[in-house]
Formats: sequence, structure tokens, C-alpha cells
Amino acid sequence: MTENPRRGVLVRLLRNPQGAICLVYLLLVVLVAVTSPWLAPTGPSVTELDATSAPPFTAGHLLGGDGAGRDILSRLMWGSRQTVLACLIILAVSVVTGVLSGLAAGFYRGRFEAGASFVADVIMSLPGVVLLIALYALTGPNIPVAMAAFGLILAPTYYRLVRSVVLGVRNELYVDAARVVGLPDLRIVGRHVLWAVRAPVIIQSSFVLASGIGIEAGISFLGLGDPAAASWGIVLQESFNGIYNNPTAVVWPALVISLTILALVLLGNALSDVLQASARSKPLSPRARRAVLKAARREEVEEDSILVGSSDDVVLSIRALRVAYPVGGEIREVVHGVDLDVRRGEIHGLVGESGSGKSQVAFSTLGILPREALILGGSVLLGGDDLLEDGVKMRAARGRRIAYVPQEPMSNLDPSFTIGKQLAYGLRAVTSLSAQQARERLVELLTRVGINDPGRVMGLYPHEISGGMAQRVLICGAVAADPDVIVADEPTTALDVTVQAEVLELLRELSRERGLAMILVTHNLGVVADLCDVVSVMKEGRIVERADVETLFESPREAYTKELLSSSRSVELMEIQP
Amino acid sequence: MTQPLLQVRDLVVRFGGRGKSATTVIDGVSFDLASGETLSLVGESGSGKTTIGRAILGLAPVTSGSIGFRGQTISGVSRARRRELARDLQVVFQDPYSSLNPSMTVGDILVEPLAAAGVAGGRARVRELLDAVGLPTDAAARYPREFSGGQRQRVAIARALALDPAVIVCDEPTSALDVTTQARVLRLFKDIQQATGVAYLFISHDLGVVNQISDRIAVLHHGKIVEIGDARQVATAPRHEYTRRLHMAAPVADPAKQRERRELRQALPAEGRS
Repeated sequence: MTENPRRGVLVRLLRNPQGAICLVYLLLVVLVAVTSPWLAPTGPSVTELDATSAPPFTAGHLLGGDGAGRDILSRLMWGSRQTVLACLIILAVSVVTGVLSGLAAGFYRGRFEAGASFVADVIMSLPGVVLLIALYALTGPNIPVAMAAFGLILAPTYYRLVRSVVLGVRNELYVDAARVVGLPDLRIVGRHVLWAVRAPVIIQSSFVLASGIGIEAGISFLGLGDPAAASWGIVLQESFNGIYNNPTAVVWPALVISLTILALVLLGNALSDVLQASARSKPLSPRARRAVLKAARREEVEEDSILVGSSDDVVLSIRALRVAYPVGGEIREVVHGVDLDVRRGEIHGLVGESGSGKSQVAFSTLGILPREALILGGSVLLGGDDLLEDGVKMRAARGRRIAYVPQEPMSNLDPSFTIGKQLAYGLRAVTSLSAQQARERLVELLTRVGINDPGRVMGLYPHEISGGMAQRVLICGAVAADPDVIVADEPTTALDVTVQAEVLELLRELSRERGLAMILVTHNLGVVADLCDVVSVMKEGRIVERADVETLFESPREAYTKELLSSSRSVELMEIQP
Repeated sequence: MTQPLLQVRDLVVRFGGRGKSATTVIDGVSFDLASGETLSLVGESGSGKTTIGRAILGLAPVTSGSIGFRGQTISGVSRARRRELARDLQVVFQDPYSSLNPSMTVGDILVEPLAAAGVAGGRARVRELLDAVGLPTDAAARYPREFSGGQRQRVAIARALALDPAVIVCDEPTSALDVTTQARVLRLFKDIQQATGVAYLFISHDLGVVNQISDRIAVLHHGKIVEIGDARQVATAPRHEYTRRLHMAAPVADPAKQRERRELRQALPAEGRS
């Protein structure tokens, strides 16, 4: 999306019905607060004997009168002034203290952070309302002071929020770049760090305001407010005192307080949806999704039927695969009809640059495309079953007959379980082995993938092993259920070259030993030359060239393949002189 | 010989506490960088190559040893002195996605160093810079996310060039890019060096990339330089056993040659598995 982010937020908030309604309601409250001296039917303390405990909808008193004969509607309108004022005080005090101290603590760390965090923890452990009651003993009924004190009590929520965001941002490279470029700290904080805390602070503010209104009403209700003034809490208290004479009178202040709090909380949710929504495509609604898929299928009938002559040892066939994503209201196709066959014991390289669609093809064969993706057509045939047609068959095949080796070994291991636990869990999910049998099989396999002391490694947590070892563990997990096909998505990209060489060696040996077919997705032509038998070159969602590995490297046909090869060879090593 | 531009002597960097609990990341590294030269630091993850670059830039603490620039010590200097050094020492980071603030336009990103140094006529200089890195002039009004990885890296290079520095530390500047883009960005680095005479400290894990761009290569292993020398010598006649292993491990885009290399590599004595 190319929306301007600065102007976009308000527009997007207003487009969100929940956000728009809440915002309009809250603006109305503020408007009433500002204009109540002119708009309110009477002053806040004007009494009329006729109106004493008058029921609602009596002439001249829409919401009735209270026990002292004052118009409830007028008092609520005047009361909103105090609510808005209280909100402003709370917000100003808590944001200024919390955000500033959070910025300083997160950016400079050190002693200030230790001290400020200690103070914040102490304040957070204090019971706020009790503190305000104690304060009453000192100051008497003084709502502005009470609200300022409450602002200080709330400041730690901002402090913690801002500090944690800043801790993340100060490690961003653009902050380092700003330092190297010679910006003073104040500019770095103002320009680079403040921007990052903006959205969470705005969202947090709407929740802080909601609790502020509750507290203001609460302490007024307890009788700690200024009895001479009108406020929602005081109106509620007075109506409550007269509940036997005029039961409906409590409804109005309670309603106003609840609605305002509700509006603030819902606005906070809407804001967080709008501010924190990623620019990535969102899933279509189920109905739109069905419509798109139906239209695509209708189109397909004519072109589908190219049956490629497949021999018996083909394990996996992909036919006319088309994948698309919804992007800003339209459907953008990223894979345009890809065909691919993998034979027993064959390593098929799928090469391309970022955005070529190679990973989309790999994810489709495994059925692990992101939720918003649309498979517009085509099939993935494994032993006669079309896995795309039938979710049940896909689940039955995944892990058993078709397995996956990912790019980032570390993020594919669960940090809270030991290696042995997660391997056994995966293996027992797809086989009927007992815990003991699973363990024996895994020990044997871990030894096979080159782990010297499998018994010890199985008791380790992922953070205790190296990246290369983690990738060996994942390869072990992939081959454990004895699959026919392995889909490896850039399996060595995250590894050091020396480790990469060993992992490639392992993949080659496993493929030979077990007759494993493999789809190897990579951008590295060196890896392809080392490992693959057949290569498909992908560009912009299409396979532009396919050949066996010798032919492709010796006499590439397509200009794009030639460009890839020459770029890759331009950074190639010279031979070592003996 | 004239005085080197950058002089690193017995550099030691330790992280995390004092005494025994500390990890030594850089363990007594010394090298010189001459003006207009490209020296590459090659090593695998954990070799400390990135930390050396960060120590030179003042982003990592120097435990002992010294870093000199034009004969003056620049390790452990004040923030104010650091800001002055911004004119001479610049950086291009690995990740062109997180090294550009997503909320700033390309123009604002490029003006920032100029404004910090108090250089007048910023906007005209931005046009020059965009031109130098091969980006269209209208790029200034756009946001980083509208650009591809290679184009973003050009923006980062333009930012490093803004103050006309004497040294640019290039920390894996092409490892996040596609091969075809990588080749183009490397060519850009060379062209810029020819035009401006800037010296590069080029940090990479890829001996191939380094070999193409360097005058000299230093190979790092566990925080120590195991071999340093003329690029051609290190690339074609490595003296150290580790360099040899690093060299043999990098796959080449030729199946027949790669098979030979594989067999040769397997004949090398193993260091023990990862």
C-alpha cells in the first residue's frame, strides 16, 4: 500500500466503524463539556421545588430531577467539564513523567534505569485508590490535585511501555547509523526513537483515560469529591442516596460513565488495529475468497489438461500451480502455472531471486502457505493423490510422506522443550511408535546426521546448540518418519560456509541412501552445482528454464540464467595454486 | 611509507562483566588501513569481524589496545570528538531494511548527516548523492519501503558518502541481496572508490565477494587474525590451514569444478564437526 502513513491513520480510523463511532461519541462529550455553560438548560446548582425527585421525561427535565430539585441533565452536562478536566490532568502528568523517564531509561540505561525501574515497581505495587483517600486527608476535596496524583500513579505504565520499546529500538541499525553520522543524542531520541513509541503511547492513553474516568467517578462517589461542584461521580452518589424516591435517576450517570469508558476502551482497540496493522495483505473474507477461487476454477477448465508424460519413478508432480495474494483490493498472482516433477532419489533445485515465487511453490507443496494466500489452480500429486484438492490428504501426507527442512533452524525449534522431546513429539504424531521405540530410532538417526553424542544432545535445549547442529536436528526430524520427498527451503543460507558444506554433504548422502526425492529451494548457484541433479530456474512466478545440472551450467539457454550465472561467477574464487 | 589512515593495535574487546565471566570477542588484533585502500576482514559467525568494525565506529567498547586515525587515538574518546569523526568515518550496514528509518523519506535520511555536521545547501547535495549511487532524483521524496533491497542499500551508501569520508566500514553490505543485485552493488562500491579515493574496511563472511573487491585480506578466526596479506595471495595461495578450509568450503557455480573441490575438501583433515 502506498498510503501516506501520517495522514493515513485518521482516515483509516474513521473507516473502521467501531473507531468512528467511539471517536464521534468522545468528541461529543468534549463538545458538551466546552459548551455546557450555554447549552445546559439550567445552571449546575439551580434548584426547583417542582423538580424534586421528578421522574424522567417530565416537562423541562428530560432526565428528571434529583433529591434537591436540580435538573439531572444539566448537572451531567456541567459534570462533563470536570471529567474532561480530570482526564487532561491525568494524561498530561502521566504521559510527561512516564514517557520522559522511559525514554531516558531505555536509551541511556545504567544507573538511571535501575533507579527509575525501582521507583516504578514501588508505585505500581501501591493501591491507587487507598493512596488517593489518604491524600484527601491532606488536601481536602481537591479533584485537580487528586487527579495529578493519580497521573503519577499511572506514570509507571507508560514508563514500562516506553522503556521496553526504546530498548528494542536502540539496537536498530538506523539508530547506530544516526550515531555514526554524528547526530547528538537529543536529535536521535527526538527523530528516531520518539517515532517508534508514538503508536503504543497513543493506544495506552485511551486505556489510561478510561481508568481515569472510573477513578474520578469512584472517588467522587465515595464522597471525596468537591460536593459544591457537579461531576458524574457526584451526580451518581446523590442519585444513589435518593434511590428509594427516584430509582431511575441512578441510571443516567451510570450510563454516561459506562458508555464513556466503553468508548475509550473500544477506541483503544480500534487504534491498535489501525496503528499496528502491518502493510501486508490481509486475508479475504470467506465469501470473497470463495468467489475468487470459483472464478479462477472456471477459467482453468480450458487450459488444464496438459498432462506431462510422467514415468513411474516420479514421486511428486506439481501441475499448473497458480498462487495469488489479495493486495489492496485486487488479486495479484505471484505463481503463474508452474509444472515440476521430482523422481526418486533426485535432488531438484528450484533457483531464483527474492520475489521469484520459489518459496511459494515450496510452501504450496507442503500446504503451509500463509492464511491470506489463494491457490487459484493446479495440483500437487503425490502417489496419485491431489494434495491441494483434499486438506485431509495433505495433513496425512505432511510429516509422513513429505517433509520439510526450513531456512532458519533456530526459529524452527521450540525454545522451551528439549531437542529429544520435540523430535519424539513430532515422530510419535505421525507413527505408532512407543516412546521407547521413538527414542531408539531418534538416537540412531541423530548419529546418522552426524551428532556425536545423541543421548546428551537430546537432553539439551535449542539455545544450547549451534546453528549447524540445529539444522542437523531438523534434518533428523524430517527424515525420521521415512518420507518420500523432502522440501528444503534455503536449508544452508543461515549457516557458515564450512557448516554449509557439511550439511550439503549430509543431504546428498541421505538422498542416496534412502532414495529420497528432494526439492531444494535456493538462491545460491554454488549450492545448486554442489547438490542438484536437475535445476528449474524461476523468474517472476514462472519457470523460465529447466535442465539437468551439467547442461544448465555449461550451456544456459535463457538470458536470465546467463545473467544469474555471470553475477554468481563474478564473485567466485580463483583456484588455489598447489 | 606514509602514515596509515587507520591504525589498529592489539585490539581486545570483551563483553559481559569482568574477570572470568567476560567473553573475549576480539583477542589482540592489529592491522593498518592505508588511504584509498580496501582491506577485507573475512570470517565466519562469531569470528569477531563485525565487532572490529563497531569498535572503530565507537559502537562497541574497546577493552584494551588502541585505534588510531591519522595518528590520533580515537578509541575511548568523548561523544563530542566522536561526532567530529563522523566526517571521516562512515558505515554501510548489512541489513538495508533496518538501517533506514521507515518513517523518514530518503531525502530526510540523506540530509540528516549534512545537518548534523552543519553543512549548508543540503538539498543540492542530496541530488548529487542520489546521482552518485544511481538512484533517480525523485527518490528523495519517497519512503524506504518503496524500494527494493538493492536500492535501499544504495540509499545507505549515499548516506555514508554524504560527508565525503576518508573511511567507510562496510559490514556485510551485500549479503542480504540477490546475486545479480550483489554484483551491481559491488561494482558501485568500486566505482565510488575510483571517483572519491575513499578507503573501505570491508567485512564479509564470503571469501568470494571479498576476493573481488579487496586489495588486502585479513582472515579472522575466534577473534584473532590468522592470516593477512595481499588479496591475490590469500585467495590463491592461502598459507593458513583455516583459510584453506574456508576457501574449499565455498561452493562454486560449476558442477564439475565443484565436484573436484568437494573431493579435495573431504581429503583435508577435519577440524571436528560443528
